[in-house]
Amino acid sequence: MDLSWSAEEEAFRAEARAWLEANLADWRAGCGGEPASGDTREGFAQHLGWERRLFEGGWAAVSWPVEHGGRGASLWQWLLFEEEYYRAGCPPRVTQNGIFLLAPSIFEFGTPEQQAGILRRMAGAEDLWCQGWSEPNAGSDLASVRSTARRVDGGWVLNGQKTWTTRGAFCTHLFGLFRSDPDSERHRGLTYLLVPLDGAGITVRGFGRLDGDEGFAEVFFDDAFLADDAVAGGVVLGEPEQGWRVAMATAGSERGLTLRSPGRFLATAERLLELATASGDRELRRRAATAWMHADAYQQQTLATVTRLAAGAKPGAEASLTKLWWSELDIELHELALDLLGPDAETEGPWSKGWQFALSGPIYAGTNEIQRNIAAERLLGLPR
Amino acid sequence: MRFALSPDQEAFRDAVADLLGKACPPSVVRAAWDAPAGALDRGVWDDLAGMGVLSVLVPEDQGGLGLDETFLVPVLEACGRAALPHPIVETAMVAGPLLGADAGMVSTDLGGPNLPCAADADVLLLHDGERLLQVSSSEVALDALETVDRARRAARLGPGPLPASATPATGDLTAIDQAFDRGALGSAALLVGLAQAMLDQTVAYVRERHQFGVPVGSFQAVKHHCANVALALEHTRPIVWRAAWSVAHDLPTRARDASAAKAMANEAAERAGRAALQCHGAIGYTVEADLHLFLKRSWALTRAWGDTAFHTDRVADALMP
Repeated sequence: MDLSWSAEEEAFRAEARAWLEANLADWRAGCGGEPASGDTREGFAQHLGWERRLFEGGWAAVSWPVEHGGRGASLWQWLLFEEEYYRAGCPPRVTQNGIFLLAPSIFEFGTPEQQAGILRRMAGAEDLWCQGWSEPNAGSDLASVRSTARRVDGGWVLNGQKTWTTRGAFCTHLFGLFRSDPDSERHRGLTYLLVPLDGAGITVRGFGRLDGDEGFAEVFFDDAFLADDAVAGGVVLGEPEQGWRVAMATAGSERGLTLRSPGRFLATAERLLELATASGDRELRRRAATAWMHADAYQQQTLATVTRLAAGAKPGAEASLTKLWWSELDIELHELALDLLGPDAETEGPWSKGWQFALSGPIYAGTNEIQRNIAAERLLGLPR
Repeated sequence: MRFALSPDQEAFRDAVADLLGKACPPSVVRAAWDAPAGALDRGVWDDLAGMGVLSVLVPEDQGGLGLDETFLVPVLEACGRAALPHPIVETAMVAGPLLGADAGMVSTDLGGPNLPCAADADVLLLHDGERLLQVSSSEVALDALETVDRARRAARLGPGPLPASATPATGDLTAIDQAFDRGALGSAALLVGLAQAMLDQTVAYVRERHQFGVPVGSFQAVKHHCANVALALEHTRPIVWRAAWSVAHDLPTRARDASAAKAMANEAAERAGRAALQCHGAIGYTVEADLHLFLKRSWALTRAWGDTAFHTDRVADALMP
């Protein structure tokens, strides 16, 4: 056991911190005041400016190889970067569903041509990716998707509807699950497709999430033709009909640590400590300390996880426990913030917005009820 | 950065767990419920001493293993898993660095007024507010307590002055603070082990027990109880290990990290105990099933060496000075 950082890692941290501080202030100044929410049309455009700045500095996807637009950093360095990113108060990543969800699956299942054609444009926020999985009748039960992809000469014809697609109204591309074998059921016969959203027969309609921002979209496919070469390297990720396997790898990223690194929650917990110090209320102080401990526990658990991954272990069903922890931690943190704010809690602001966003955590990426089932069945071996 | 046990740490932990599996089954815990005061069987204790467990923290030139808390904490977790009745935290974790390798079995009131295995211990380490005094337990008047977990075998100091033979082990306040933090950390490790044992027993039970024609472990409500315990353990064990590192290196965050470990281990053990009893149903609500041996130990230990409120306040004071 060695819980110290090397001089090289500390130097990396310092470099990240200096760059983030300088560039964050500069970007904010360029926005002419507080940037709007990244889940609104105006705010999304502002945040793209931040994303492109990150890319130019080499910080958009630090753990990716340099040739794909990354920095070639280790998982440890990535964790340090995330910690510094949120400590500095940098904004949520509007490109996250591409960089943190799709990209790990592109690295695992994509051909070299797909990797070369997709990743760099993704890191540079030229192509903006959203997730097209859920359908009106396929939420936690993802294997019941009904949208279809029919094989035709030179491509696919898509039909059906996707919904609750985060930032779908602002994105250029969608990665989705489509039923390509019409006689198939459940998780068989699905194909993972990469779809530009500007094609004929595709309609995207944004709609308001709980907080009112147009952060959701539904996407309709009406005999939409998807050419085989609509995306450089090909539109099928993995093999046709093998989409479930790819999707489960993506889901592991969504539930596991790549999407929600501990730095984000530690930064929130640190801000809560400031609020609690000012309040002077003994019970609220105690709750703040407890919430901080839970954020710190996520950090320490992540260090243990990364130690295993660095030694060659594959992420597994433990991701379900990780998802349960950070989603419930986020609610604990924001609920306490509202209690600390008292009468101010009902006004629009970062905490009330954060609270509403936190409430989505136990729902998306597979509801927490499903995650508890997975943990009990796959980790503890309870009967299905 | 390497947040995992080293091969040596793992091998040591596994060797002790192996020994405890053979030498400390529930029948040994039950025997500790019934043995007269001063007559606790020392079979497993002597085996642990033989492996060096009692003197892990004692420097090599004083006859110990000369290792640190990152070696001892995983071993204590294994002791919790076996519900070992002997005062392993008091002896190995608290007294070791103060009294050396030959002190024998030690109990102390540094973590609270109830001295575990008081009449069984060779030496008592007593806190008078300024100093830790060591005294032979046979020279001290003890009032035995009727504890819920009778394997605690606890007593309080009787009235009257300490005998003249009581000698200072240390008067260094920093050393006493460090000893307290080691006790809190050690009891946190025991609690993690107890929680893991209760989860393991519960998982085994709900896979076997059939109601409505199916294993009760196939019901979501039961699965969720078990998943909640696994969730707590997955995030508590790293906090306990991290505290072992902080205490071993006497970091500025030592007290905060030890307190976080105890507060979170308390939470995990409470959650594990409630879930275990609920999922065992009436079969667990007896003294015939082994579960109660672990459950009652966890009730005692969550309040020994500082309860959750005490340790949460210590974390709060460190974070919000």
